[in-house]
Amino acid sequence: MAGKTLYDKLFEAHLVRQNDDGSSLIYIDRQVLHEVTSPQAFEGLRLAGRQPWRIDANIATPDHNVPTTERSGGVDEIKDPVSKIQVKTLDANCDEFGILEFKMNDQRQGIVHVMAPEQGAILPGVTAVCGDSHTATLGALGALAHGVGTSEVEHVLATQCLITKKMKNMLVRVDGELGPGVTPKDVVLHVIGLIGTAGGTGYAIEFGGDVFRNMSMEGRMTVCNMAIEAGARVGLVSVDQITLDYVNGRTYAPKGEQWDQAVEAWKNLVSDDDAEFDEVVVINGADIEPQVTWGTSPEMVVSVNDTVPNPANESDQVKVDGINRALAYMGLSADQKITDIKLDRVFIGSCTNSRIEDLRSAAEVVKGRKVADTIIQALVVPGSGLVKEQAEAEGLDKIFTEAGLEWREPGCSMCLAMNPDKLGAGEHCASTSNRNFEGRQGFGGRTHLVSPAMAAAAAIAGHFVDVREFVKQ
Amino acid sequence: MKKFTKMTGIAAPLDRANVDTDMIIPKQFLKSIKRSGFGPNLFDELRYLDEGQPDQDCSGRPLNEEFVLNKPRYNGTSILLARENFGCGSSREHAPWALEDFGIRVVIAPSFAEIFFNNCFKNGLLPIVLSDEQVDQLFKEVEANEGYELTVDLESQVVVTPSGAEMAFEVDEFRKHCLLNGLDDIGLTLQYADEIKAYEAKARQQSPWLFDAIK
Repeated sequence: MAGKTLYDKLFEAHLVRQNDDGSSLIYIDRQVLHEVTSPQAFEGLRLAGRQPWRIDANIATPDHNVPTTERSGGVDEIKDPVSKIQVKTLDANCDEFGILEFKMNDQRQGIVHVMAPEQGAILPGVTAVCGDSHTATLGALGALAHGVGTSEVEHVLATQCLITKKMKNMLVRVDGELGPGVTPKDVVLHVIGLIGTAGGTGYAIEFGGDVFRNMSMEGRMTVCNMAIEAGARVGLVSVDQITLDYVNGRTYAPKGEQWDQAVEAWKNLVSDDDAEFDEVVVINGADIEPQVTWGTSPEMVVSVNDTVPNPANESDQVKVDGINRALAYMGLSADQKITDIKLDRVFIGSCTNSRIEDLRSAAEVVKGRKVADTIIQALVVPGSGLVKEQAEAEGLDKIFTEAGLEWREPGCSMCLAMNPDKLGAGEHCASTSNRNFEGRQGFGGRTHLVSPAMAAAAAIAGHFVDVREFVKQ
Repeated sequence: MKKFTKMTGIAAPLDRANVDTDMIIPKQFLKSIKRSGFGPNLFDELRYLDEGQPDQDCSGRPLNEEFVLNKPRYNGTSILLARENFGCGSSREHAPWALEDFGIRVVIAPSFAEIFFNNCFKNGLLPIVLSDEQVDQLFKEVEANEGYELTVDLESQVVVTPSGAEMAFEVDEFRKHCLLNGLDDIGLTLQYADEIKAYEAKARQQSPWLFDAIK
């Protein structure tokens, strides 16, 4: 009999009941809540007269709506009245049910997918959900984690379970080593470009191979975060010493004897050598270059030294229409050099790239340099209050502000522009976020997804540059 | 949840691939704490020429006459035809809420993103996967015939065209059962409360660190 994949193991270990109709009831160890996708779930509980099944499985924080400018005045001073109601509603719901919440001005507040692992609330081997598609991030810890809709948020609150169907297994193996200046973000953008935005639909993607074995925990989170941009709800990395070192000592991680017991159990959280995957994609790490998206879907991505695609080279009519629509929306022409794309704003942040290593990597590039005059705004938004604190202890905030970037309070910010940080119509943004959809960062805004180092270099140059060449100057 | 059994209605062709949930309902409308009222902002950026604001009266906004749902021939659309990977991106359930509030009960496409697909069933919407060829044929027929209506029969799992041609589709037994009867799946799951408690007791022994830690 063939061995098991990590996904198989996690799924089987959480199976409560296999129903005759092919659906499965799986137990959910952790739910992370934020203000946008939870109010209707709490309301549903109240309307049905139900109580949460298990309070200690939940952890909450507001992130999508919170302002990232000075906010010591608290929630009452959020200018947008609708945002304010949503943040207040989360506070009220968590207070009512006794759910642990890091409120807006708590040092531990942050983007859900940054805060939860940082606190040790997500551990190897757990199942976790959140009403947010980027919950895939948490799979970096060897946890089975994915986004759900609000009805399922309510279902998990009420039953601690999810009705689901087993996914298929895909292995994305990246062998060898990455070149200098090539980051986890480039790896995942390259993977999405290769398999397409629906390539992972129906699969749990495990990221394996030497490149991931040698990648830091934060890098693995960046990669798993964007599994959903390839269509896969779940991204995973097998547990190793890097995982254990990351988890050890975190607030809600086991301690003492329980730690030893947990480590023993977690050692099994790897895909067996003879595990069979339904699909295997093999990539040579050395072939990956810094990536830039040019269009309105994350799969519309090329290397920084490439040109914008020409629809004349495509035969499928639906694709031709897609390219033409994207070119028109983005204000680009076919065969234009990526390095000729001029930028108006730069955004360094989001659940993809707002952790300390991301900020260090961007700071290294801008240190001693100045943001180009043509850039209207360059934002750096740390992923949590603790990331912010760490960055300030290292002096990164000074490096950014001296270079002309703005240093902000933690939140989702310009990734989806639910708070006041947004693009104006027609503006081009080098963004370390995860989605370049039409209007995502603001009505008519034009998003180019890149790594923190590439965004930082673009901020200085005013247009895209190959960060590998740029840092030599 | 609203039941779904059998319906006949106007079909409208939304001819683009990778329609994401940001497009279905842009972020500024996610600030509502209700489940209803999203219909006027469905496809807001495609449908109107200006930038929409939450709680705005949409009746006086400039319409994009080119957008399919603004064309008079598609008034009263209840079935949306779309291309591959419909509903990709954000997990926002506001997307099916907006479709449902607008009056759409069925989306037909060659493929869907999973979270959106799943969210539909929780809201009385039926997403139907047909082959590329079948979807192509429906696009051609709907564009050629004003007032084109499709019948969707969930019980017998077929889409019926005006000429009487039938296209069979697959649907999970559990989801079908819930839709046909308008069932709340939380109630169904709570029937297994004893099994959940038994699982929990075992998990507490095996992985005690997962309990009583977060408070």
